[in-house]
Formats: sequence, C-alpha cells, structure tokens
Amino acid sequence: MVDKSLELFDCGHRACGGCGASAAVRMILKGAGENTIVVSPTGCLEVFSTPYPETSWKTPWIHSLFENASAVASGIEAALKKQGRLGDEKVLVIGGDGATLDIGTLCISGAFERGHDFTYVCYDNEAYMNTGIQRSGATPYDADTTTTPAGVRSMGNSRPKKDLPQILVAHGSPYVATATMAYPMDLMKKVERAMNTKGPCYLQVHAPCCTGWGFDSAKTMEIGRMAVACGLWVNYEMVNGKLESVKKVKRVPVDSYLQAQKRFRHLFKPTRNEEEIAKIQAIADANAEKYGIDL
Amino acid sequence: MPLGIGCTAKPGKSRNNKTGSWRVYYPVMDNAKCTGCGTCQLICPEGCITGSGKTLQIDLDFCKGCGLCAEECPDKAKAISMHLEDK
Repeated sequence: MVDKSLELFDCGHRACGGCGASAAVRMILKGAGENTIVVSPTGCLEVFSTPYPETSWKTPWIHSLFENASAVASGIEAALKKQGRLGDEKVLVIGGDGATLDIGTLCISGAFERGHDFTYVCYDNEAYMNTGIQRSGATPYDADTTTTPAGVRSMGNSRPKKDLPQILVAHGSPYVATATMAYPMDLMKKVERAMNTKGPCYLQVHAPCCTGWGFDSAKTMEIGRMAVACGLWVNYEMVNGKLESVKKVKRVPVDSYLQAQKRFRHLFKPTRNEEEIAKIQAIADANAEKYGIDL
Repeated sequence: MPLGIGCTAKPGKSRNNKTGSWRVYYPVMDNAKCTGCGTCQLICPEGCITGSGKTLQIDLDFCKGCGLCAEECPDKAKAISMHLEDK
C-alpha cells in the first residue's frame, strides 16, 4: 500500500513555483517507498534538487552524467544482488525526457536488454527545460521551442513525439506504463507496481512545465488533465507486452489543450491554422484508435 | 573509499534555502472550511503543507505561491485563497 504521508523529497529545492516535475517526484517517492536508491541523470530535477552542498533528497541519491543513469543503476543493482540486499532495497532512476528519450537511450536499451531489476521513471516535460526549452525527442508536433521557433516559415517542431514506451515493450520489459502527475493516485500505484515487478520496468510520467509551456503556475494539474481528456496523452499499462489497462475518456477536441499554452499560440494567432490543428487532432485520433480510449 | 570523498550532503539540507522569498501571492488556509481531503498536501510541488486531517498548515518559509493548492482545493470546500504579498 502506498503511504501518502511519506515525505522523501524536502522543501527548499529551486524548482519554479508550480513545477510539475517536483510534484511528480514527491508522488513517485511516496509510491517507491523508503528503501529506494535513486539515480538521476542531469536535468532540471538534478539541478534544482541538489545545488551542492544542499540536497532535497532523503533517500540515497546519486548523479552521474546525462547519458549513463541506467548504467549506474545497473551497477548498483549488481552490487546489491551480490550482497544479497536486492529485494529489500530497490533501485529507481528518475530522469527527464531529454536524458531518457535522446541522450540516455543507448544505456537504457543496454540495461533493459541485460534484464537488471530496476525501475526507470521518466518525467516527461516535453523539452530540455533546464537549459532553456530546447526541443527533445519528446516534444510534441508543432510545439514552439527555442530550437524550433514558430514563425513565418516554421510551425514549430516538425517531428512527432518519439514513442519510447513501445521501444521498451519491444525489449521485453515486464512492465511498461504511462501516467500523469495530474492523477496522483494512479501515478503512485503504477510506481509501486513497477518497483515490485522483477526485471527492468519503465514508467513515463507527463509533467507539465509552466515555464516552458507557458501557462499559469496554478494550472499545472489542469493542463495535465486536459492532455488526457483530448487524447494527446494516454495513460496505459502494458504487462509482458500486452495492454492490460487504459484510462478511458470522453474525448474533447484538442483545441482547448492547445489554446491554454503559449507554445501553441502560433496555431491560433493571427488566424486559426485549421490545417495544423487538424494534424494534431489526427495524432489524438490515432492514439484513441490504437489504445481504445474512447468511452 | 570512505564516503565523504566526492560530493555528499546531509539528507534534506535544502531546508537552508528559504524559497518563501520568491512569493508574489501568499495562500491563506481557512481550516473551518477544510474537509480534510488532503489534496493540497499531496500535490504541493514544495511539500510545504504539514499536519493532518482538517488542521493542515502551510509553511510560508518555503511556499513559492504557485497557487496550485488554491486551484485544486475541491469546489465544495475552497478553503485556500491567494492574496498579493505586501512587500
């Protein structure tokens, strides 16, 4: 059972007010429990939680580089196994989407192939927020970032979001799931399940970023719920490669989700760009068909 | 190799950094209206809401004033309101 009163991530970190990632990390640690060794690659989370000599973590925590968090986690897992401590103590990686979908993919692939017993959680804020909102593999279609600026000749990011959960399902992972910080109970339950599943498990957590996406800091949860409601984010669980559960919704058009964020404002100003909005709607429709989310 | 070589820090030492100074709006909790659902405590990005049941308190030393708790407080309660800091 998840202990909601467990606090393993302390006050005083330097995240922006209303940060989706820091709220998500608090929930993830509640789901993971005390006997957890956390590994973090470089990213917003690492920078805002551990400005030396301070740390917000109350669990053992280690940072190495952008690309090798899952290799470090593999080493810790192997050491725990050798000492007979694995099972009582668990290894958890919490990384951003840049470290997970772009830079660290090679090491993640290796660790999943070797079958280490650890859980990898990616908090997905859909760009490199720490260094100034550069595009990552997780950036959705048509989003305005500093490296894919929207303008006269560009509509923002020209490539769709990379589907890493499916890549890791293809690695034979026993448990792959997606969640969002906008549904805390669901998120905590999925983390708990992943931690208690033997083998390499993966969880991708939608974590809205008020600074990078351009919305009011009080709306973080609401934006998360809107993404699920329009079908651009799907909450599902895949166990041994089979879809086990999916959050079904009464879908709404993508317009309200896009309009609420400054990174998509070029689709509505100066005039509404029907063609591009139809393309984004098509992505949501394809998600709905693939996972059967329509009620 | 003894621990201490490299960069280690005591757990939760970030409490030295009082992020409350960032605040533009401050929250006020009306404990009489609170239904004790615990939503604000669970979702606060800082984790600065302490206590239990209907006697929750917001630690203004750390609250950055994002307003997420006031926004997410259920409609039937609406126990938290945001006010402009007088600085």
